[in-house]
Amino acid sequence: MSGTTAAPAADSWRTAAAWRGLFRDRPLIPLLALLAVLVVVIALVRPGMVGPEWAGVILRTAVPLAILAGCQTLTMLTGGIDLSVGAVASMSGFVVATLVSGPGTPAGIVVALVAAALAGLVTGIGVGVFRVHPLIMTLGMSLVVLGLANVWQLQMVQTGTGVPDEFRWLGSGTFLGIIPHSLLVFVPTATVILLALRRTGYGRLLYAIGDNPIAARLSGARAWQVLVVLYVISALMAAVAGFLLAGLTNIAAVTLADSFVLPSVAAAVIGGTSIMGGRGGYGGTIVGALILTVLTSLLSALGYPEAVRQILFGSIIVAVAAAYTRITSES
Amino acid sequence: MTATIGTVDRSRGRPAEMVMTWALRNSWTIGLLGFLVVLLAFTKIIQPSYGLPGIQGLASAVLPLALATVAQAIVVISGGIDLSIGSMMALTSVVAASQMEGQSGGFGIAVVVGVLVLGLVLGAVNGGLVVVTRVPDIVVTLAMSFVWAGCALLVLKTPGGDSADWLRQLVLGSLLVPWIPKAAVILVVIVAVIWIPLRRSRLGLSMYAIGSNQLAAFRSGVSVGRTKILAYMFTGLFAALAGLSLSASTGVGTPVPGPYTLQSVAAVVLGGVSLAGGRGGVFGPIVAVVILRLVRTDMTFLNVDTNLATVAEGFILIGVVMAGSLIEMRRRRA
Repeated sequence: MSGTTAAPAADSWRTAAAWRGLFRDRPLIPLLALLAVLVVVIALVRPGMVGPEWAGVILRTAVPLAILAGCQTLTMLTGGIDLSVGAVASMSGFVVATLVSGPGTPAGIVVALVAAALAGLVTGIGVGVFRVHPLIMTLGMSLVVLGLANVWQLQMVQTGTGVPDEFRWLGSGTFLGIIPHSLLVFVPTATVILLALRRTGYGRLLYAIGDNPIAARLSGARAWQVLVVLYVISALMAAVAGFLLAGLTNIAAVTLADSFVLPSVAAAVIGGTSIMGGRGGYGGTIVGALILTVLTSLLSALGYPEAVRQILFGSIIVAVAAAYTRITSES
Repeated sequence: MTATIGTVDRSRGRPAEMVMTWALRNSWTIGLLGFLVVLLAFTKIIQPSYGLPGIQGLASAVLPLALATVAQAIVVISGGIDLSIGSMMALTSVVAASQMEGQSGGFGIAVVVGVLVLGLVLGAVNGGLVVVTRVPDIVVTLAMSFVWAGCALLVLKTPGGDSADWLRQLVLGSLLVPWIPKAAVILVVIVAVIWIPLRRSRLGLSMYAIGSNQLAAFRSGVSVGRTKILAYMFTGLFAALAGLSLSASTGVGTPVPGPYTLQSVAAVVLGGVSLAGGRGGVFGPIVAVVILRLVRTDMTFLNVDTNLATVAEGFILIGVVMAGSLIEMRRRRA
């Protein structure tokens, strides 16, 4: 008797565990399912809206967010966070825009990248060498970058600003009206990040430092070097995202990317990267950025006012993160 | 339980030793106070006309951020962080302003009480979600900052509303002697009435305990979930007070969150509260808020670009925290 009742119970437990295991090992599957559900809902709510062109717009909007979320993913893997991406991205786009009419776009890009790398270097030294909490370090750095960008703005007030044509082509142009040019930047970046995280020693070091810093140190990892390089990479990626964003919106402003900081963290979290470090990956983050972009599109398609959109946005982030924690946590 | 806390407190020894331990424990706050005095003297030197109006302006300008910082300090001490403080301030401020519009002063009192209860509820939702979902605090409160900001927009689409006269009078001007700004008195009274009893209570001790070592606290019989929710509720309460002070000083409610969330995190850290939790108090952070504001004022006096003041703020934040962690590293090595 007890044998017959126990068998189905054990069976159902096994299937639940199997599902859990599947979600834990392949977090992309439930995320892609959620993305598909959102797309289907949009198709039902606004028939005819979903199509190649809509997909192009979504991709174009999602690319800068996905790159910024990449900064968060990489830093979160080590147990950090990068709140300076907004300031660095805006600063980079703005600096190039002010230098277009004078020294030219290529020189502007070089100046912007050097400035971004310097900011990343200082952040990395603070986090890696002085062991300042990344939240505080990047927060302080974003104040510094924002302030300096404003000073720069006052210096360059005569020259005027203009988003270079190259950025507009890259940020908002499309092949055949569907495939965004920004994929030319995004696909190589994403490939490098994905491969680096999976196949290189540096990628493994990021996971190791985030998972257990003491164990990583005892096994010979020089955490400070890894972190300094990491925050420079993060700042450079933020700068590239700033270029794309300036091209996408055709705006050069010192606060352009500020509103992307919190969504970039949200995209990484939805994508399954743990903010405590050591767990996650960039694949999930990309889908997370797509989910957030499609969600924004859905909420505006539903015609809700901004207030309701924000409320739903926040609630869904909590819900997804909670589901994640429930599924992936042991026992 | 209370008896054991009492004995721990009393077993410190002779008065001189007690003063020494007290000074050592609060060395960071004492250092900040010293710096503030130097800074005030410096302000007086570069701007000899700096006096009563300056002090009063400083006090009323500092009040909202100071209250927001106390809110942040409470939750950080308990081992969490609340990135929705700015949004909670916006929500409570618009609720207060929209309900007080065209009403009598007496009704205003009811509104104030209601808004404070609202703050407690908002905090309870934040804390409840953190405890129930087991999602990291930073993620939950980040997401909730969208929710509360959206709710604020639902209440008021554009800045508007009104604030009761007595509420506005509460934060403007001075009390008895002109040297004591009302805003400073309000701040001291609020902190003295809520924070000091809280810190001395069993709940306060539990908050420090779960902040410093959650597992150890759990094993010593602290109800971690309940304490955490209560900590978030106190944070919500102080955020509501900050929101009220915001609409009292501006006279309207603004549905868009100000820069208070991140500034409060910065001030908390400058004030000597460890982001890892379990260490620090609220007085250090309040002094840090005043210092940051005074640095900004001094920069205006020195005709420095206000943007450079932002840069300076960033460098002060980074520099002070770096110095702090260097001291900590040396102490550990020694």
